[in-house]
Amino acid sequence: MAELNQKTNTNWNIVFICWIIASVSTIGSLFFSEIMDLPPCALCWYQRIFMFPLVFLFTVGLFPFDKRIIKYALPLALTGLGFAIYHYLLYSGFIPESLAPCSQGVSCTETYIDLFGFLTIPMLSLISFSAIIVLLLILLRRNHK
Amino acid sequence: MKKQYIVISSSLILALLFVLGVMLYNKQQIKKYGFMALENASTFVREHSPTLGNHDARVYLIEFTDPACETCSKFHPLVKKLMADNPGKIKLIIRYAPFHGGADYYVKILEAARRQGKYWETLEVMFQTQRFWTSHKNPQPDLIWKFLLKAGLDLPKIKSDMNDPKIENIIKQDLADAKTLNVRKTPGFFVNGKPLQKFGYKQLKELVTSEIKRNY
Repeated sequence: MAELNQKTNTNWNIVFICWIIASVSTIGSLFFSEIMDLPPCALCWYQRIFMFPLVFLFTVGLFPFDKRIIKYALPLALTGLGFAIYHYLLYSGFIPESLAPCSQGVSCTETYIDLFGFLTIPMLSLISFSAIIVLLLILLRRNHK
Repeated sequence: MKKQYIVISSSLILALLFVLGVMLYNKQQIKKYGFMALENASTFVREHSPTLGNHDARVYLIEFTDPACETCSKFHPLVKKLMADNPGKIKLIIRYAPFHGGADYYVKILEAARRQGKYWETLEVMFQTQRFWTSHKNPQPDLIWKFLLKAGLDLPKIKSDMNDPKIENIIKQDLADAKTLNVRKTPGFFVNGKPLQKFGYKQLKELVTSEIKRNY
């Protein structure tokens, strides 16, 4: 019984960390756009679309802990990661911008923030989505055994 | 600790961090602009910038504007009211941030009108008639010419003057300064180098009043 309890606790903690990551990403991206007035480009908007709902999904999945959260959150996170990878490749020049869908309005390749030489906004998004996916996969494995 | 409390307190901590970040960021911005205003006054006011009001006024109201921007046109009477309420104390400096597509065209007309000594009249006419030629769906820049007659301009001369590369350079310089000063929306206001933190007439009035108190 104690062991089972321990296991549920760890599961809960994993989702909780996912929730923290999604919340920090959401608040951070709102800080960039609303406080620092950095206009979000088209690709940033798509990544936001897949990040913001995760905060609410994870909240619901925490009370009470529900392992089906994996099933609901993973598609969002994977799609978000797809956009983040594409954005990152565009940003670092692997894909020429002429192929990009966002040549009008706000440029997707303009550098606004560059912390420590590598932490750009697309990089932050990439890290968040990857971390959430890895955590969800760990959760999946734990609950399959 | 109960799980609910963990999540609730984490939410509160995150919200607190956000508010703290906002405060820190604003403080740092004020410092940065204050420094720029001292060291680099020309970023705010260029030699070529049109000014309105008492030459010796001690409060410089710098407005980054766009003739095609709706909020700028709605704000213009308020700015003039602010100046009328504090006679002789405010100098308005116009900088260009033609962010709307094709707005360069109107700035060029405006600058050409300046050579005829009809700058402020033309700006007035532009703001008043803006809705007829700048619909977002279907901008019709050519319609502007009908209205320009109201400002008493010599139109053929405008048409030849507006293509002067000097005007192009003014726009380029202003856009570069707008970028340096982080102006991404119009109208963008600075009062003696201090940015208007939160957009609104009340906020602008407060900022101007505090600068008047400080300088008079």
